Amino acid sequence: MSEQPEPIKKVSLIVSKGSLVDVYPALVMGNGARMEGMEASIFFTFFGLGALIKKTQNSLKVATVGNPAMNMAMPMLKMPITMPFPTIMGAIPGVSNFATWMMKNEMENLDIPTVPEFLEMFTDAGGEVFACKLAMDMFKLTQDDLCDQVSSVLTVGEFYERSAGASIIFT
Amino acid sequence: MTTKELAGISVDVDAEGFLTDHTVWNLDLAAAIAKEEGIEALTDRHIDVLNFMRKEFEENGTAPSIRKMNKLNVVPTKELYALFPGGPAKKAAKIAGLGKPQGCI
Repeated sequence: MSEQPEPIKKVSLIVSKGSLVDVYPALVMGNGARMEGMEASIFFTFFGLGALIKKTQNSLKVATVGNPAMNMAMPMLKMPITMPFPTIMGAIPGVSNFATWMMKNEMENLDIPTVPEFLEMFTDAGGEVFACKLAMDMFKLTQDDLCDQVSSVLTVGEFYERSAGASIIFT
Repeated sequence: MTTKELAGISVDVDAEGFLTDHTVWNLDLAAAIAKEEGIEALTDRHIDVLNFMRKEFEENGTAPSIRKMNKLNVVPTKELYALFPGGPAKKAAKIAGLGKPQGCI
């Protein structure tokens, strides 16, 4: 009989992009890891930092331009999933806002929290939230700009140190 | 499905040890399952959570999410993780005699 593979004990997730749909997967995966009893942390870098900034974290948007898979969202409008959504339509003012509103509604129906609430739930669950020092410097941010759930601002080296023994997942 | 001796009675459980019939549940069974899950004694707070989960399950057919229990002030998320260490939703559902939770959140 073959041996059972070793269960995953720790995950470190990295978020480097800042649209609504770029941020959620890491929150879901990180929180899910805690629900399974694993250690979990999420490191936000570059545009992903927007999810941690008090002034912007509640207004992340769905990107409607340059996403050839936008047809996936069509069933939310009671239209077929095969219906194309040309990128030029996504550039029309208001379309991104509308898509964001629609997506947020759908998520609330599925009991998925908003970004700030999700970060709170994740840290209450024992997960850790880190911000990238280099990206903070680049965007002229200080820790005061960030929400309370951020436990530390880390250099890349510190992130790797804290990730000892973890599976690192770039989302 | 297998049959297992728990708290002096024999009950049917699935491959992961969840009761297949939630109606056979009682507090003695809960205590026995809790022990297997590494929780030595169930406190009043544990029992509050278990009762709420069972009530929700009977009303809606599914166990409540961690978020719902936090929002309705049944149990704050932090406390839930402390009460059921190492996988609260799954462990609490198991001890409450319910099936494995199907939600991702």
